[in-house]
Amino acid sequence: MPALIDIIEAGRPVEHHTPWRRAVVTPRIWNLAVEQLAEGRWSLLGLWGEPETVHMALLDAARGIGVISLKSPGGRYPSVGRRHPPALRLERAAADLFGLLPQGLPDTRRWLDHSHWGVSHPLATRPQPPVAASSYRFLAAEGDSLHQIPVGPVHAGIIEPGHFRFTASGETVVRLEERLGYVHKGIEGLMAGSPIDRAARLAGRTSGDSTVAYSLAFARAVEAALGVEVPPRALWLRALMAELERVANHLGDIGAICNDAAFAIMHAHCGVLRERVLRASDAAFGHRLMRDCIVPGGVASDLREEGEHAVRSVIVEIRQRFPHLVELYDNTASLQDRTVATGRLGVELARQYAAGGYVGRASGRDFDARRTPGYAPYDELAFEVPALQEGDVNARVWIRIREVEQSLSLVEQILDRLPDGPIRVDVTQPDGPREGLALVEGFRGDILAWLRIGEGGLVERCHLRDPSWFQWPLLEAAIEGNIVADFPLCNKSFNCSYSGHDL
Amino acid sequence: MALIFELTIQGAQMMLVLLLAPLLVGFVRKVKARLLRRQGPPLIQPYRDLLRLMRKEVVLADNASWLFRVTPYLIFAATWVAAALVPTFATGLKFSWTADLIAIVALLGSARFFLALAGMDVGTSFGGIGASREVMIASLAEPAMLLIVFSLALVAGATQLSTVAAFMASPDVGLRVSLGMSLIALVIVAIAENARIPVDNPATHLELTMVHEAMILEYSGRHLAMIEFAAFLKLLLYVSLISCVFIPWGLVTAAAGPQSLALGVVTYVGKLAVCGILLAVFETAIAKMRVFRAPDFLGAALMLALLGTLLLFVSRSL
Repeated sequence: MPALIDIIEAGRPVEHHTPWRRAVVTPRIWNLAVEQLAEGRWSLLGLWGEPETVHMALLDAARGIGVISLKSPGGRYPSVGRRHPPALRLERAAADLFGLLPQGLPDTRRWLDHSHWGVSHPLATRPQPPVAASSYRFLAAEGDSLHQIPVGPVHAGIIEPGHFRFTASGETVVRLEERLGYVHKGIEGLMAGSPIDRAARLAGRTSGDSTVAYSLAFARAVEAALGVEVPPRALWLRALMAELERVANHLGDIGAICNDAAFAIMHAHCGVLRERVLRASDAAFGHRLMRDCIVPGGVASDLREEGEHAVRSVIVEIRQRFPHLVELYDNTASLQDRTVATGRLGVELARQYAAGGYVGRASGRDFDARRTPGYAPYDELAFEVPALQEGDVNARVWIRIREVEQSLSLVEQILDRLPDGPIRVDVTQPDGPREGLALVEGFRGDILAWLRIGEGGLVERCHLRDPSWFQWPLLEAAIEGNIVADFPLCNKSFNCSYSGHDL
Repeated sequence: MALIFELTIQGAQMMLVLLLAPLLVGFVRKVKARLLRRQGPPLIQPYRDLLRLMRKEVVLADNASWLFRVTPYLIFAATWVAAALVPTFATGLKFSWTADLIAIVALLGSARFFLALAGMDVGTSFGGIGASREVMIASLAEPAMLLIVFSLALVAGATQLSTVAAFMASPDVGLRVSLGMSLIALVIVAIAENARIPVDNPATHLELTMVHEAMILEYSGRHLAMIEFAAFLKLLLYVSLISCVFIPWGLVTAAAGPQSLALGVVTYVGKLAVCGILLAVFETAIAKMRVFRAPDFLGAALMLALLGTLLLFVSRSL
């Protein structure tokens, strides 16, 4: 069994790619890597395109990380999705944007491109005129008395747009197929040629609820590429923001899941706690969601004095009130009846799709980017990564509950040991192309950021991979055999990002 | 003269249910909001909603048939008549001889039948899902309701509500197991029929979990106002029914003077408030059940009502 490092060494290594290595490989070695993925030894971290090139970030059995790239003259390259299904949608998206032609891809329907761009393959060297819009063929399910239920993209509530096509036998879901891409904003296209500060703001707007995690991922990638040494205080402040964001989102999710079972009291109380966290964040950093607070080179503003007090008091308040809510959740039989054994996701699928965050951890995959590969200051902090095997809605709620507890402890540790010193350094100008890769744990899971900074310090190409890329397909698997009316509950327990996925 | 007075009282009752129905819904919403530590919309919000909907333009699907357009008025009329038949503050009104329990069940059943048809009329999948779920629930709720009616009729010797109420208020009734069972069964049926938690969630925005709301997703403007108003009236009807049969104290007879009539109205509003608070507390404390659990829940009502009726045959004193 080869290690990732062997594969990378067998290729032509690319200079100035940090912190992990990237190599341009031959189709034979590419296929060898695909083989490792297909056999379940490695995990796919991301797959993205460039004109005439395709890149793949991998995690091997020893948890080593690396990127392999394949030149694809005329856009043709051997498909990964053919052997390893998690790559399917990533390849379809790369094909839409760059006109790549994965050979042997079983699903060649367009994914992000809904024929509204006025151009096809917008990021290719030579964009093509748009092809005539054709109706999207949903996968068939045949049988007696099956009926289809189209849901969305416009929903009865105010949520993000996505289309769900159910094939049901009575109330039982036989097949669910998602159709996404309605909130494609062209972030990758906007990033190309942008100065770093503008690109950082774009990164922070990829998915609104994970703005801290995205800013952090982008900043870390820039700093890795340019070799910037971030002052320790900035690193700790970033971790503080990331944990506050995690607590706020998890609290919101726990309430929202219960609300989807019409148990509004959890929603109300969790909503109050979430609001307190947001206000404390506002007091601490000047923005409720802490957008644009993390910048390449450090953080935009220091922790305010009254902010530290606000954060400490919100921690005390949550410590007091949250256990009662957890008890309420656990002791309400009617609620447990809805969440236990609903929307089960198998351990095997979670591993195959390298599902991050609560989706993976509720199904036995305890990957956490804060621990593996790990980044400062988490190496100096004590925390646990909870994991369960059940994989149902209840397990995903419990992972969130445990993570809230862990994050509260992390916030306290950070506040107690926050080092003094500067909070920002200038980002240097590179004297040639530099590439950086970062893997950061957002509340949904690991966010991957890869970028190349070219002459004059402009971003040449940046790819941000949301954890939802590997969670959306699993939702389709989790709902199978459940009843249609339980879909909102399952969907909310996954809470995948539309915006982060559609880019 | 007496006839005019009686007709006035009867008319007053019909207007009273019309006026109070939105208030009851607004009250339940307010109490629920307070229980969730929210301010909640003002009590008169349901009236405003109805007014707003009445003013709005109706958007009709291209393939909507005449049935789709007629149904809202049909439902409203049937529900209003049914709600006005139930003695609210006084018994022995002019038309009380029509206030037959079986007639009320039949009126509500027809309203539901047309609503389910209208849900399927436009041919959207949600309308179909809603209609099929509604009929599944109704297929258990209606027999349970009829059995409750039988129990009451066996005890009181009539299916006419004025007579039942008068009997229940009299000392002859005593403590009966079957009546307790009927009460529980009636409460369960009322919750299911009014699309309340845990059977359905009146406040949800999730299309896939809806029952009642899914059927009426395609309605707008005054059509929607009619259907919403009918839903308000139905809630009032069930609350009135429960209070008239099981807490009949304070009911006056139509022949009484204006003073006692006024007292009767006040008592009635008090009963509504108590039932509204109980409903809000119950709904806050429980999560919605899976669609396929609803038959178990309603099955319990059916069994209780059946047991109540059987016990009456076994022994006249139960």
